[in-house]
Amino acid sequence: MKPLTPQRLQELKEIAARVRARVLLAVHHAGAGHVGGPLSCADMLVALYFHILNIDPDRPNWEDRDRFILSKGHSTIALYTVLAERGYFPLEELFTFDAIDSRMQGHPDMTKTPGIDMSSGSLGQGLSPGLGMALGARLLGKSFRTYVILGDGESQEGQVWEAAFVAARYRLDNLTAILDYNGLQQYGWRNAPGEHMLTPIENPAQKWQAFGWHVIETDGHDMAAFIAAVEEAKSTHGKPTIIIAHTVKGRGVSFMEDQYEWHARVPTQEELSVALAELGQSDLLAVSQGGN
Amino acid sequence: MTTTKAQRVVFGETLVELIDQNPRVLVLDGDLANSTRADIVANARPERFFEMGIAEQNMAGVAAGLATLGFIPFISTFAAFSAKRDLDQIRVVIAQPGLHVIITGAYSGILTGKTGKTHQSVEDITIFRAMPNMTVIAPADDVEVRKAMYALVYDLDGPAYLRLTRDPYKTIFDDSYRFQIGKGVVLADGEDVALIGTGEQTVRCLEAADLLAAEGIHAYVLHLPTIKPLDEQAIIYAAQRTGRVVTAEDHTILGGLGGAVAETLGEHYPTPMKRVGWRDVYGESADNNALLEKYGLTPRHIAEAAKALMR
Ligand SMILES: Cc1ncc(C[n+]2csc(CCOP(=O)(O)OP(=O)(O)O)c2C)c(N)n1
Ligand SMILES: [Mg+2]
Repeated sequence: MKPLTPQRLQELKEIAARVRARVLLAVHHAGAGHVGGPLSCADMLVALYFHILNIDPDRPNWEDRDRFILSKGHSTIALYTVLAERGYFPLEELFTFDAIDSRMQGHPDMTKTPGIDMSSGSLGQGLSPGLGMALGARLLGKSFRTYVILGDGESQEGQVWEAAFVAARYRLDNLTAILDYNGLQQYGWRNAPGEHMLTPIENPAQKWQAFGWHVIETDGHDMAAFIAAVEEAKSTHGKPTIIIAHTVKGRGVSFMEDQYEWHARVPTQEELSVALAELGQSDLLAVSQGGN
Repeated sequence: MTTTKAQRVVFGETLVELIDQNPRVLVLDGDLANSTRADIVANARPERFFEMGIAEQNMAGVAAGLATLGFIPFISTFAAFSAKRDLDQIRVVIAQPGLHVIITGAYSGILTGKTGKTHQSVEDITIFRAMPNMTVIAPADDVEVRKAMYALVYDLDGPAYLRLTRDPYKTIFDDSYRFQIGKGVVLADGEDVALIGTGEQTVRCLEAADLLAAEGIHAYVLHLPTIKPLDEQAIIYAAQRTGRVVTAEDHTILGGLGGAVAETLGEHYPTPMKRVGWRDVYGESADNNALLEKYGLTPRHIAEAAKALMR
């Protein structure tokens, strides 16, 4: 990892704002897709792909690259956007999201998209292949690391905890899970009439600790803090690490933040304009018209 | 025919051979190694054996991750569990990406050592056959298990399901036998009726052919160790040669070998058929002979089906 200078941090923030705008543009253009989850993990994806991961966009299958799995695959448009910004494929291709014959599938497809290390979309599954990659790296004597982003709703799946148990059993300190802890899922539990829907994963830190993981809690939108958390994970030995990243679903657009309705809603033209203005990315609207 | 080694023992022994030849081969176990005989690897080559605990969904995913790095993982548990406990995991991270993972189903069919219906896999062939990208293999004997495992490692680059049995039965092949994925094997010629088997039921087809021969009926016996991709030509030829087809499998007749053969003949060469297998029921625990008798899986049942077609 390069040092995180104030200037570099500012660049990352600007990329993240652009990524958020492009996510909204792509979903608007496709007329389908998820919004809240992608905006929730956008900052962490930018930090990973522009600062943390040891990767080479010109060699997406480079053997020694760090591996990344978006287990909450419904947020894939954020990952595609980050990959495009990073140079894995042209930005215009984002406008083929969900179209027939596109490489930009509705959920990550490792057989189609350069830079996707594992297919996902059926929730709860991503940590296990990550475990396999980490175990395989050890067998091959390779030093690459594996990162997996999990949703908090997704963590209701039993398989997540199967993987948690086995990864700790094999002391895979080259595996880092990241919990996108935004407190919302698709529908969830309503505690009282009128109250918004909550994902009741209480005390994830205690749960993961009990499973034998090193636990770090951080703000998933504070890139400097998140990057520091990954540094700590990298220097943790003898056990896997989970970064519990406190996030806001729909982060960056006032009317989408913490609104479960924005889990998978397509912004209208009007909403898109307001959102891009809030993100300081109104100039990208022209791109969307061109992309049509 | 001579007495034989159990398929599961050959499975463990062949894994050791393969591991010695190919450092990419490894074994993941769902806490059943001393039943499936993956323990032969655990003892002989512990560095290539990974216990995954009683957590089949995770095991499938770990295998997928390893396969992306070029490893060839065998995941090992009972057929009753491997086809269903982790079905969505196999679909999403193994079959859809087309990864080279070999899913082994031990103790397949009805003969599971007095464990009863929870441990008997009645529908695993149907399930895996329906899955795009999946190769499905059910060897007849110990020799074929070994040859099939070599083929699955060296001649395939994609997901496969290998269906194995628990108890030793009979050996029908010798070491000169050449196994090819997707190819049927003609074991006897005859013009009156075709007996088409998969897995150990092929051995019982040969025994049924002997019973029929004693009554002057000449059976053609076709073994289909690969249920997918299916050797359609071999099936059509058997039907053309005899005009009557009996299928035999230790599995439900719905969508398994019988279903696959009926689909093929229905489209290409409609032929009177009987399917011998489980008739849409779950099993129970009992000794092997009692189960084969009650569920209609003996050579006599196969011969009777053939005779019914001749009437
Ligand atoms: C096995 C499975 N069940 C249901 C779904 C449908 N689904 C897609 S996203 C989602 C909610 C996910 O919530 P969370 O993991 O908290 O993600 P985020 O809040 O970051 O969007 C659901 C239920 C699915 N994709 N997979
Ligand atoms: Mg959530």
